[in-house]
Amino acid sequence: MNTLKPSKQNIKTYLPAGIFLIVFSFLDVIINSFFQINLVGFFPGIISYFFPLIIGFIGLYLIRVEFSGIRSLDILNKNINSNNFNAVLTLLTIFIIVKSISPLINWFFLEANFIGNSKEDCTGDGACWVFIKVWFRRLIYGMYPDPEQWRINIAFLSLFTLVGITFFAPAKIKKYFILFLIFVYPFIGIKLIGGGNFGLTYVETAAWGGLSLTFIISAFAIIFCFPIGVFLALGRRSDLPAIKYISIGFIELWRGVPLITVLFMASVMFPMFLPDGTFIDKLIRVLFAITMFEAAYMAEVVRGGLQALPKGQYEAARSLGMGYWRMNFLIILPQALKLVIPGIANTLLALVKDTPLIFVVGLMELAGMIRLAKTNPNWLGMAMEGYVFAGLVFWIICYAMSRYSQNLEKRLSTER
Amino acid sequence: MNFKFIRFQNKKIKNLIPQFITIAILLSIIIYFVTNAQINMDNRGIAFGFGFLQQEASFDITFSLIDYDGSYSYARAFLVGLLNTILVSVIGIFFATILGVIVGVSRLSDNYLIAKVAEWYVEIFRNIPLILQIFFWYFAALRALPLPNEAINFYDISFLTVKGFYVPKFIWTNFNIFLITIILAITAIYFFYNYSKKQREQFGKQLPTTSISLLIFLTFPLMSFLLFGVTLSFEYPVLKQLSPTIFTFEGGLNIIPELIALALSLSMYTATFIAENVRAGILGVNKGQKEAAASIGLNKNQILKLVVMPQALRIIIPPTTNQYLNLTKNSSLAAAIAYPDIVLVFAGTALMQTGRAIEIISITMLTYLTLSVSISIFMNWYNKKMAIKEK
Repeated sequence: MNTLKPSKQNIKTYLPAGIFLIVFSFLDVIINSFFQINLVGFFPGIISYFFPLIIGFIGLYLIRVEFSGIRSLDILNKNINSNNFNAVLTLLTIFIIVKSISPLINWFFLEANFIGNSKEDCTGDGACWVFIKVWFRRLIYGMYPDPEQWRINIAFLSLFTLVGITFFAPAKIKKYFILFLIFVYPFIGIKLIGGGNFGLTYVETAAWGGLSLTFIISAFAIIFCFPIGVFLALGRRSDLPAIKYISIGFIELWRGVPLITVLFMASVMFPMFLPDGTFIDKLIRVLFAITMFEAAYMAEVVRGGLQALPKGQYEAARSLGMGYWRMNFLIILPQALKLVIPGIANTLLALVKDTPLIFVVGLMELAGMIRLAKTNPNWLGMAMEGYVFAGLVFWIICYAMSRYSQNLEKRLSTER
Repeated sequence: MNFKFIRFQNKKIKNLIPQFITIAILLSIIIYFVTNAQINMDNRGIAFGFGFLQQEASFDITFSLIDYDGSYSYARAFLVGLLNTILVSVIGIFFATILGVIVGVSRLSDNYLIAKVAEWYVEIFRNIPLILQIFFWYFAALRALPLPNEAINFYDISFLTVKGFYVPKFIWTNFNIFLITIILAITAIYFFYNYSKKQREQFGKQLPTTSISLLIFLTFPLMSFLLFGVTLSFEYPVLKQLSPTIFTFEGGLNIIPELIALALSLSMYTATFIAENVRAGILGVNKGQKEAAASIGLNKNQILKLVVMPQALRIIIPPTTNQYLNLTKNSSLAAAIAYPDIVLVFAGTALMQTGRAIEIISITMLTYLTLSVSISIFMNWYNKKMAIKEK
C-alpha cells in the first residue's frame, strides 16, 4: 500500500494525473454553472451531483506530495491541501463560489437593464438599474428642490477641498485649519444648505434627505459626540463623587437603551418637556439624540484608554506642577486617545451605520428614500435593487473608514 | 502647621464648588422640564399616572406567545411585546454564537481559502447597517419566496412560503410533568458530576461521566412518557384552498417572515463581531501553552478542549457579553418591519392610542435597561466563575 502513496518517487505519474482530475472537476462545475450542461449526466442522479467533488478529492490526494521539490506545489499543498479534511473544504469552497458567481453576474450585469426611463424598460430577468438611475437625484438629495441642489454640492465640495488642504498643509498652520473645520465650517455649511439669508431661499429640513443627509448627520454627530464623550470619560474617572456618579448614571442610561427608543423619545416625549409653543426643529432633536447616544459609547472607549495608562504618567505630570486640565489635555489624553483609535473608529462606524434609523421620526436618508421609492406605484417590486444599492454605498463608506482607522493606528503607533 | 490647615480647607472647598455647580445645573434642568411637562399635561387634560395600563387595549397583535386579543389590557399587550423581544433576542443570540464561533475559528484555519472566505464574510456583513440587512431580507429576499400552493416542501411536514415558515406544532398532554422530569434529570446529572469529580480527585477513579449523564438525561423523560401519561403528538400544516386561486396552510405553527428576517439578520450581523472576539481570544492564548500541552502528550482535540479554550474563553466572554447586549437592543429595529416587539406594540401602537408619551417611553426605556442590566449581571457572574482562580 505504501508504494501507492504519493511520494517523490512516483511524482512523475501522480502529478499530471492529479492535475488532470482537478482541472476536469473544475471544468465540470464551471460548465455546469455557466452553460447549464452536465458533463457527467449519464451517471445516476446523486453520483453525478457529487462527481466533481470525488474526482477533485482524488486529484488533490494524488498531488499531496511532501517535500516534492517543486516550490509552487509545496506552497499549494501547505495552504489549501494539507490533509483530507482541508482538501474537501477547499473543493467545497471553490465549487460554492463558482456556482454562486454565475447567477450573481447574470443578475448584476448580463441580464440587467441599464437603459430606459421607466419600469417597462426593464425586460431582463436581472436587476433593473434603471430604477436607481431614475431615482438617483432623490437618493442623493432627498426632497431638496432640484434648482437649489448646487448648494449641497458646493457645501460638500468645499468641505472635501478643505479637508484635502488641511491634510497637506504645513504642520504650523494645520492646527488652525482643523479648528476652522471643526468649529466654523459646519455652521457655514448648514447655513448654505438651509438658506434663509444672503439671498438663498429657505429650504426646510423636512426636505433634506438622501445620502447627503446621512453625511450631514454623521458629520455633526461625530464633531459633537467626541468632545462630550471625552468629558464624560474624564467625569467618570473624577475624584469628585457628585461628578463621578452623575457621569456614570448618564453613560449607563444611554448605553442601556436602544437608539430607536432614544429617537422615539426625541420625537414624541421631548416636546412635552418644552414650554408650550416652543418648537425645536426635528433634525436638531434627532442630532441631539444621536450625539448624546454615541457620546456615551465614546466615553466608555476613552475610559478604556485612560485606564490603560500607567499611573506614572499622572504622577509625572503632577510632579511637573501641572494642574488637572493641563495634565489631562497635554499628557494623559494624547496618549490615551492614541491607544483607543480602533475603539473610536468603531464607535464612529456605528454612528454612521445608525443614521438610517432616523426613519422613525420621519426623516429619510438613503435607506428611507429607497423605502419611499420602492412604494411608488410606478416602481413596485424594486426592493432588491434598492437595498443592494444602498448596502453597497454604505459598505464602501464603512469599509473605507475602517481601513483608514487601521492605517492611522499604524502611523501613530510609537512602538517599534 | 497653620498654612497646611488652610490649604487643606481650601482644597476641600475647591472640590466642593464644581460639584455644587453641576448638581445645581442638573437640578434646574430637571425642574424646568418637569414644570413644563406638568403645564403641558394640564393643558391637554391628562394626568400623569400608570392607570391606563389596566384599560382595554382594543388592538390586535399579529404574533403572540401568550393568549392575547383586543379585549386584553395594555399591560397584557406590553407583556406580549416583551416576550416577542425576548424570543427574537434568544434566537438571535443562539445562532449568532454558533455562526460567530464557526467563522472565528475559520478565520484562523490553516486553509487559505477558508480563512479568506471567513474574513470577507466579516468584512461584508459588519460594514452594512443592520437596518439595511433587515430590510433586504424582509422586503427583497423573503418576498421572493413562493406562494402557499407552490411552497418549498420539506418532507411534507414543513413548508416555506412567502407568508412564513409552517412547521409542525407540538401538542403535549401533561407538559408540566415532562418539564419536571427534565429539571430532575439536570439536577441528577449535576450531583452525579460533582460525585464523579470527587471520586476522581480523591481516589483517582475515572467514571464514564459522559455516557452516564446521557443515560440519565434520556431515561428520566422517557419514564415520564411510559409511567406518568405524558403524550406528544404533532399537528402538521395542511394546504387548504380558500378560493380557486387563493391557498393557505392550516394547522401547525407559522413562523412569521418578520421573525425570520429579524432573527436571520440579527444573527448574521452579530456573528461578525462575535467571530472577531473568538479570533482575538484564540490568538490571545500564549503559544507556549499549546506547546507545553503538546509536550505532555495531549492530542490536538485535548489541547483545544483542555488548554486553549478555557484560557481563550476568559478573553472572549466579556466583549461577547457586550455583543449579546447589543443584539438585544438591536432587536428593537423590529419596529421597522412590523414585527410586534415591545417598541412596535407599546411605544408605537399603544402610544398612538393613549397619547401618554412620558409614561410609555419611560416604561420602554426602563424595560430595556432592566434587560441590559440583567444580562450583564449574569455574564459578570459567569465571567467571575471562569476567571483564573489564583491560589
